[in-house]
Amino acid sequence: MKIKFMEMLTLKKIIQRLFEIDSSGSRYDHFRRNIRIIIIVLTLIPLTVMALINYHQYLKSLKHEIITPEKVLVNKARHSIEFFLKERLSLLKSISHMYAYEELADLKRLNRILYVLKNEFSGFVDLGIIDGNSGNQLCYSGPYNLQGKNYADQSWFQEVNLNGTYISDVFMGHRKFPHIAIAVQHFEKSGRSWVIRTTIDTKMFDNFIAALQLGEKDDAFILNQKGIFQTSSRMFGDVLEKCPLNIQTTGYATYVLETQDKYGNDLIIAYTHFSYPEYTLVIVKSHAVALRTWFALKSELFWVFLIGSLLIVIVVFQLTNVMVNRIKEADQNRELAFRELEHHRKLSSIGRLAAGVAHEINNPMAIINEKAGLMKDLIAFQPDFKNQEKFMAQIMGILKSVKRCRDITHRLLGFAKRMDVQIETILLNELIEEVLSFLEREALYKNISIQLNLSETLPKIDSDRGQLQQVFLNIINNAMAAIDEGGTIIIKTQEENDDTVLVSIQDNGCGMSEETCRKIFEPFFTQKQDGTGLGLPITYGIIKRLGGNIEVKSKINEGSTFYIYLPLKSTN
Amino acid sequence: MEELNVLLVDDEQEFVTTLAERLEIRNMNVSVAMDGETALGIVETESPKVIVLDVMMPGLNGLDVLERIKAIDPKIQVILLSGHGSTKDGIKGLKLGAFDFLIKPIDIDELIIKLNEGWKKYCESQ
Repeated sequence: MKIKFMEMLTLKKIIQRLFEIDSSGSRYDHFRRNIRIIIIVLTLIPLTVMALINYHQYLKSLKHEIITPEKVLVNKARHSIEFFLKERLSLLKSISHMYAYEELADLKRLNRILYVLKNEFSGFVDLGIIDGNSGNQLCYSGPYNLQGKNYADQSWFQEVNLNGTYISDVFMGHRKFPHIAIAVQHFEKSGRSWVIRTTIDTKMFDNFIAALQLGEKDDAFILNQKGIFQTSSRMFGDVLEKCPLNIQTTGYATYVLETQDKYGNDLIIAYTHFSYPEYTLVIVKSHAVALRTWFALKSELFWVFLIGSLLIVIVVFQLTNVMVNRIKEADQNRELAFRELEHHRKLSSIGRLAAGVAHEINNPMAIINEKAGLMKDLIAFQPDFKNQEKFMAQIMGILKSVKRCRDITHRLLGFAKRMDVQIETILLNELIEEVLSFLEREALYKNISIQLNLSETLPKIDSDRGQLQQVFLNIINNAMAAIDEGGTIIIKTQEENDDTVLVSIQDNGCGMSEETCRKIFEPFFTQKQDGTGLGLPITYGIIKRLGGNIEVKSKINEGSTFYIYLPLKSTN
Repeated sequence: MEELNVLLVDDEQEFVTTLAERLEIRNMNVSVAMDGETALGIVETESPKVIVLDVMMPGLNGLDVLERIKAIDPKIQVILLSGHGSTKDGIKGLKLGAFDFLIKPIDIDELIIKLNEGWKKYCESQ
């Protein structure tokens, strides 16, 4: 009981594991494997059960279909042989009634009767008249010299005296061929009894068996009550040998049994008993031959099952592949969307924060500005003010600081809600050259070589000039900051596809780690000592707003490349 | 030409009084209001020609006050002032009939230029 409970728990665990999706990197492989197992098990179990049920039911009905004709055949053959024997018995009885003893004791007449019997009826070999008391053969017509032979001690003579009729088992006669004897006792009114006896050639039995038209691997034979062959068998032995099969030799019904021969071959045996004499007719059919159609069907069934199962497995594999790949794709898209959303959320919350801070600072800054401005006015409007210059210098310092603060807050506000987009048709190559003109002096000073690889066939784009200037200025500035004296910046433009142009800005500067690459578009992430960490997030926001995309590839000590994809038509 | 009457409206008292003083030094007639309601009262009684109006104020905000001023006298020129730096408010204000839009902290010279332009526009619209 305990073991069963434990087994159930284990099974439950296995099933639970099948439905689990772990969070590791190979979770899709596990998911795919589990779905495959579940679907294959759920489809193959009913298919297998149905195939097995069909197999057994069909086998059962087919066996019935095969066995019934076998039974009919063995019964028909028995009837024919029984009729044959009864007919011979009736003939002898008729002769005993039709002729008086004296007439039959006349050899000429007996020869004449045997002649007629041989001509008109088959199987008769000889004919003899035996005295009922002494057992002496009084008259004999036939091929052997049996005149005067005494049968008083033989069991058949006693049996015919007892029962009135007698049909013997097969035996070998004087000329050593198998035959049977049929005898009939006749009582005269005078009290004398005599027996008329004939020998029948059992070749007739062989003829009956041949008439069954059995196949090459089939067999049919007659057994007596002791299981001795009355006819020769193809498979199991010759006449008068003991039959090795375990066959019941008494009974009234027709039986069918399945057994094996000495070589292990399966056999179907149909047999039936004679009412008189006590013979058993046996028909043996090879199982393989009898069930040939079944084996053919079984093989077809097997192939259908195999191919069906194979198809199920292939379809399940393909379907799960498609399904899991789609789920994986959807998950990846969702994750990407989440990341972008998170990124935008960060930018927008930083933007809101910046706006709030800017507002809160701007008001006191305005007061400082006005107070300092008033002081400046008061000093400026009084020419004889003592230490005027010194005061003015201090006030100008305050006003300069206020202006600096204003610039900072305006930049923050620009990040928070940037200016409205103004779309116009732009020659990107021209715009880049324009931006570079601002930076030429610095590049010259730092001995930085700027190589331009601008596509001459680059199409015009619809975008915002000011914002794109800001983007390129920012990225090229960063590139210049990243490289030492004597470095190189390569700027390349090309048509990426029918809808997009690509600008790549490559430097051979210090490069970035993978971790840094992931964070550079996040607000306030900076590696410069005096950096605000807002440049690239602003750049990212602008490019996204213009319907483009920005990517970065970088390797430490080898440099970085920024790829800016811009649509030909702005989606903004 | 009439004398330039300026009304400064801002909830920041230090700011508005200091700015008023600076303008007065420059020979301008300056009135001061700390909220929208007071400002509207002054508009009714003193008829200022140019108003410098803060957008973000408690109670009536700058844009509401602007609408009501324009309802009283559409000739009055209003320069909007914002510490928030939002151009959105500026655009809204311009649509409602504001003359111009400045972001705090302001440059006094720039303000004087704008006030004179507003004053000129007021005189022209008479």
